Amino acid sequence: MNLSNGMGSMSTASSSGAWKSADVVSDQFPAGLRVLVVDDDPTCLMILEKMLRTCLYEVTKCNRAEIALELLRENKNGFDIVISDVHMPDMDGFKLLERVGLEMDLPVIMMSADDGKSVVMKGVTHGACDYLIKPVRIEALKNIWQHVVRKKKNEWKDVEQSGSVEEGDRQPKPSEDADYSSSANEGTWKNSKRRKDEEEEADERDDSSTLKKPRVVWSVELHQQFVGAVNQLGIDKAVPKKILELMNVPGLTRENVASHLQKYRLYLRRLSGVSQHPSNLNNSFLSPQEASFGAMSSLNGLDLQTLAVTGQLPAQSLATLQAGLGRSTAKSGMPMPLVDQRNLFSFENPKLRFAEGQQHLSSSKPMNLLHGIPTNMEAKQLANLHQSAQSLGGVNMQVNAHGVQNSALLMQMSQPQSRGQILNETSGTHVPRLSSSMGQPILSNGIPSGVLGRNGIADNGRGAGYNPVQQNSSMLNFPLNNSSELPGNNFTLGSTPGMSSLTSKGAFPEDVNCEIKRSSGFGPSYGIYNELHQHKSNDWDLQNVGLTFDASQHTNTMHGSLDSSVLVHQGFSSSQRSAQSRNPSTVGKAMFSIGEGTHHVNVQNNGQHLNSLIVDNTVRVKAERVPDASSQTSFFQEQFGQEDLMSALLKQQQEGIGATENEFDFDGYSLDNIPV
Amino acid sequence: MDKNQSRRQVRLMRQSLFDQGFLDEQFIQLEELQDDANPNFVEEIATSYYRDSSRSLPTIELALEKTPRDFNKLDGYMHQFKGSSSSIGAKKVKAECQQFREYCKAGNGEGCMRTFQALKKEHATLKKRLEAYFQMARQAGPIETACRPK
Repeated sequence: MNLSNGMGSMSTASSSGAWKSADVVSDQFPAGLRVLVVDDDPTCLMILEKMLRTCLYEVTKCNRAEIALELLRENKNGFDIVISDVHMPDMDGFKLLERVGLEMDLPVIMMSADDGKSVVMKGVTHGACDYLIKPVRIEALKNIWQHVVRKKKNEWKDVEQSGSVEEGDRQPKPSEDADYSSSANEGTWKNSKRRKDEEEEADERDDSSTLKKPRVVWSVELHQQFVGAVNQLGIDKAVPKKILELMNVPGLTRENVASHLQKYRLYLRRLSGVSQHPSNLNNSFLSPQEASFGAMSSLNGLDLQTLAVTGQLPAQSLATLQAGLGRSTAKSGMPMPLVDQRNLFSFENPKLRFAEGQQHLSSSKPMNLLHGIPTNMEAKQLANLHQSAQSLGGVNMQVNAHGVQNSALLMQMSQPQSRGQILNETSGTHVPRLSSSMGQPILSNGIPSGVLGRNGIADNGRGAGYNPVQQNSSMLNFPLNNSSELPGNNFTLGSTPGMSSLTSKGAFPEDVNCEIKRSSGFGPSYGIYNELHQHKSNDWDLQNVGLTFDASQHTNTMHGSLDSSVLVHQGFSSSQRSAQSRNPSTVGKAMFSIGEGTHHVNVQNNGQHLNSLIVDNTVRVKAERVPDASSQTSFFQEQFGQEDLMSALLKQQQEGIGATENEFDFDGYSLDNIPV
Repeated sequence: MDKNQSRRQVRLMRQSLFDQGFLDEQFIQLEELQDDANPNFVEEIATSYYRDSSRSLPTIELALEKTPRDFNKLDGYMHQFKGSSSSIGAKKVKAECQQFREYCKAGNGEGCMRTFQALKKEHATLKKRLEAYFQMARQAGPIETACRPK
């Protein structure tokens, strides 16, 4: 009936306005309220049905709880309220109450002939919105609509508070809220799907950022302040108003804090649910974070912030990251217990350099960066990165710039860079290490991989430039997401001479390219990134792969393998089809593991091997394009680290992948992955 | 009997059911639900009740006879029985159910047995009275809306 339709639409209305006006709009409300009645007593059921019909409600009878649940599941929005008996033979009414609350989040009214206090209390504790004593009178049923309205109102209010973007109320809110809300609401930290949405939203926002109010960028410092305030107040007592007061940041509104708090809470919740790693949560958390931070430091606190903000990074991780970042910039060695310190450090150096470049990148679009992690970084971001990369110096960050549209990219890039450096130092052996540590989380951005590829390649052109080049390439590759396109990037890898020089396999690049193209979708490994990477990686991946190989090749196939694997992981994830086998959770790890496992990569020296490697790697790495993987191996590894880190982070966030690298990635990125 | 007489008869019968405590307010609720869409709603409900309760009584009886008595189970059965009885307004039956539950809680098997017998009796009595009432009501034709017992 109209009413029910109207009700339905109202109930699903995203805008509070729509909902609020519902009552006004429809004089017939609550008529048409869709009620599901569950009671094993047929007599009672008949009576209730008749009573509810008399109230002009739409009634569905059910004498079994299981059937009721089925009905509810089939018609997600088919009912407004559920009335259930307490004592039922097949399922306890309270159990049904819980299920409904969890799965459908509908108001549930309990009924019973039992009016004992304990039973009624049980109803309250289980979340029933009302408790009716049998025999039920029609007067009692006439008012049940209030529970529907109340619930909707509360939900709406929550949504508003969190600045839910999904509600479509972004416009009026500060852009930052929109960002937050989208991520928060979507539980960005939770699943890739949501992130994707966010990404899209982020992209939109980015585009229209000029039209919107200036967003609050939750920089590392700002977030640190926030976290400090929250910790000071105690997470339970932390209310936006007080946090705001403690933070004492001019221009920051309570709403900003509120939405950020919501995200943070989601993040914390996610963490506690996801990573059971004791270390993860606190210490390790910091450490890895720091590590990642370190790596990312170059990225710029903002990036992290953005990342975190966008929900890509769990709040905590973000915090750690931020801390790390801040710190890493300051000092090269972050105490990353989890992460290979060496790697970390190596990261730092390049990062710092990168950071410079990044700085302006990030500053230009902090939000993008963050969003970027899993999302796509706009090409411009990458470009920025790229540019900044260039300024970096040793590292071919430039490439990174390309790929790294997202902060993720940056992160990755910076990481790769550092890795690259490390690589230089270690010449290959490190690669595995690096990659492991680095690779883990970041992968997120397809671009990075792509970027890396470019970078590496470009530089690699010379082959020798393995390290730096790789860095670039790896960096590029890493950007996993957005940049995955790696617009033009620099990936010239494919084309770059470096590739050929690197691997001397000239052919490789081509192969790689091909490979990469194939893989183009890393996707599989990182659930989150998959989407992102997939489209991108193609060329890049291949290229990168080739590059990495080259670089590493020189030493031995192992090297290449590692690198490639590393790269592969990262970049390949997208490109790799085979990578598909890798599950996202393992992505981070996968990356490394691939490297390690891919000794076969050795073959890579020929681009073709690389391809295969890439294939494997890509599988693992979500990283969009790991193309550079090949040559970059060592380099990539570093890059991976970043990307992996990012991706890992993201993944963790999203998927709560506690178990595998995700957790790892999250906290300390890389411990697991470090192939060393 | 003529129509008027029939109708008066029905009214009286109905009134006595209330007066004698067989039915309570809930029955009136049911009567109020009766409308043109469901002209025999109350009778349908009563029929449904008796159909179900007739099935559950033997179950309870069996459980009662089993020794050692499972009072929790018995209490559970009775809870259910009480619920449906109260939903049609079967006042006396409901009272017996309550009593039965009290004995169950006290673990008084004998008390349960006694009460159960009384319950069965009330259950049967009400059934007869209602059947007569409904029959008369059908014969008398549609009656005026329910009026509360004085």
